[in-house]
Amino acid sequence: MTTGKAKPFSRRSVLKGAAATTGLALGSGAVTGFPTIWAQNIKDVTLRQFGTGVSNLNEVADKVKEDLGFTLEMTALDSDSVTQRAATQPNSFDIADIEYWICKKVWPAGNLQAMDVSKIKNYDKIVGIFKSGKLTPESTIAQGTAPHTVGFVEGVDGKTFADHETGWMTLIPTIYNADTLGIRPDLIGRPIESWTELLNPEFKGKASILDISSIGIMDAAMVCEAMGEIKYGDKGNMTREEIDKTMAIFTEAKKAGQFRAFWKSFDESVNLMASGEVVIQSMWSPAITAVRSKGIPCVYQPLKEGYRSWGGGIGLSKNLSGLELEAAYEYINWYLSGWVGGFLMRQGYYSAVPETSKDFMSADEWGYWFEGKPAEGEIKNPQGQVMEKAGAVRDGGSFYERMGHVACWNAVMDENQYMALTFILFTLA
Amino acid sequence: MKIKDLISASERTSWLLVSPLVAILAFFLLLPILTLVVVSFWNYNEFTFFPDFVFDNYAYLLTSPVTLSVYLKTLKFMALTWIFCTVIGFTVAYFLAFHVRSLGVQIGLFLLCTIPFWTSNIIRMISWIPFLGRNGLANSALISMGVIDEPLDWLLFSDFAVVLAFVHLYVLFMVVPVFNTMMRIDKSLIEAARDAGASGPQILANVIIPLSKPGIMIGSIFIVTLVMGDFITVRFMSGGQSASVGRVISNEIALLQYPAAAASAVVLLCTVLLMIAVMMRFVDIRKEL
Repeated sequence: MTTGKAKPFSRRSVLKGAAATTGLALGSGAVTGFPTIWAQNIKDVTLRQFGTGVSNLNEVADKVKEDLGFTLEMTALDSDSVTQRAATQPNSFDIADIEYWICKKVWPAGNLQAMDVSKIKNYDKIVGIFKSGKLTPESTIAQGTAPHTVGFVEGVDGKTFADHETGWMTLIPTIYNADTLGIRPDLIGRPIESWTELLNPEFKGKASILDISSIGIMDAAMVCEAMGEIKYGDKGNMTREEIDKTMAIFTEAKKAGQFRAFWKSFDESVNLMASGEVVIQSMWSPAITAVRSKGIPCVYQPLKEGYRSWGGGIGLSKNLSGLELEAAYEYINWYLSGWVGGFLMRQGYYSAVPETSKDFMSADEWGYWFEGKPAEGEIKNPQGQVMEKAGAVRDGGSFYERMGHVACWNAVMDENQYMALTFILFTLA
Repeated sequence: MKIKDLISASERTSWLLVSPLVAILAFFLLLPILTLVVVSFWNYNEFTFFPDFVFDNYAYLLTSPVTLSVYLKTLKFMALTWIFCTVIGFTVAYFLAFHVRSLGVQIGLFLLCTIPFWTSNIIRMISWIPFLGRNGLANSALISMGVIDEPLDWLLFSDFAVVLAFVHLYVLFMVVPVFNTMMRIDKSLIEAARDAGASGPQILANVIIPLSKPGIMIGSIFIVTLVMGDFITVRFMSGGQSASVGRVISNEIALLQYPAAAASAVVLLCTVLLMIAVMMRFVDIRKEL
């Protein structure tokens, strides 16, 4: 049950009490220079972070302990559970590592507090996608829940999203990428260029789509639009009619045996692809590298209609205050300072402040992952495993080439409930 | 007066003796079910659920055509699993109880049956996936034997796979109670039947099966409740493509629709209780325990 009653002696109140007592004790002795007290006390702080598996990495927690001194507890959950927790269990976390579409959904529940960008050192260097919405001044803004549309509110308690940079950010962007279909080139044996191939009868019984409604519907819409079956007003905010049509096309394909399986977790998608059960499916970037690191060819196929993109960020629980809030800001500043960015970029994601990550990557790694240049030597993942041999080029090319061709952002629609229900009916059909 | 005092004293002792069990059942069984029923009348929006008294959850559930098809599908899984588990479970128990003579070997073989059940349900289920896959052991063996030319796709991510996994997971729940009742059949009854000229099949049909009924019924109750409430086996073995009542509930929970999920759970609970009530009409288990 999630009635969310505060216990009389929660860990937090005890901690707060302890901090207050320390402050009092020192205060009575007329000690000046609070920063030192912060710096000393911060070692006792534990921040509880939860989020999707993407960026909830133990390596990050270890490095936080090493660089900042405090403890970061990580919990990795699937998108549904993350949404659920952020919306209903405000006392169960300090830091929410969520995607922008989840933010749109859970922000109105009022469990998160906005962040003062004047405390964020690298704010000016954050990529334009998260501020004005434009990657370069010439870019057009893609459909869906583009991060900047839910990135700002008016003031710390703001409940409605602002359409411009207000100085109060809902999430500090941390990680994002452009998604497309993954294919097994060895089992397909011909070029794949369009989203329509997902429903091509040639791949009957060998296709898969992910069973997370808010993302699956996007991939489905990319396919239906590419097929010319449906013209969407906004794929990220479909009407009931558009949802019905999209799911009708997919239900028909399902009944004809197009799909081998639906997947819900990262590992399932890797196994489906690696075992050859599936040759074309919705996939996430690190899943591709996971398949490839088993020595099995797998391509993250750029498609002419563009990418479906997503972005995540860190949000702060409304319950954070005092020392813990300071620690959280330190953590955010550290997050954007480059080490994590380099770590994530070497897995194929992008950092919100790419230029700081450059210092934490070799020139060859930077060239391969960010600039889309052929690798000069072996490209290794953060764990030291060889992922690509010299000469390899990243699927889709450079950062600007990939992020510049985003057709749609992961989104939450006005008809979200209806969509989710319709999507479930499709999976059960 | 004195006798009445005595009775109430012994009654008090009995009440005292059952009170721990009553307390545990009340707290861990009745209270949660009561909460479930209460929540099923609550209302919800996209983010949260709140106290209310609405029949919408039930109205939607009981009028949706999906409910019927999902229940039919679940019942199909249940019926198939039950048939296979009963046939296999009865055969195994029969072999153990009547063909194996020494008690030591009986116990040894019985323990052997339980060994796979020392691992988790999920692991036993997942281990079928590489075996049944398109390039899995089953297909490559069949191809190398020349039985088939093309891999069989229906082995995995199909209703076949779901039922196979269910039977594998739950057959022991049939073996154990049936074996238990068979062991308590008086051997002289079988001898008497044989002396009276009954053939092997006649003994089976007229003596052993009727006397094993309570065990079969207990096993059936296990299987019916386990299969009706399952969501993870159906999800994994059908590749997320098949429906079951449990999956509907888990989807509702994922969408934060707790009251809807609670209503589904209440309806499922009633269905299962009804099924068990019907089964109990056929065999009086208490008489046989």
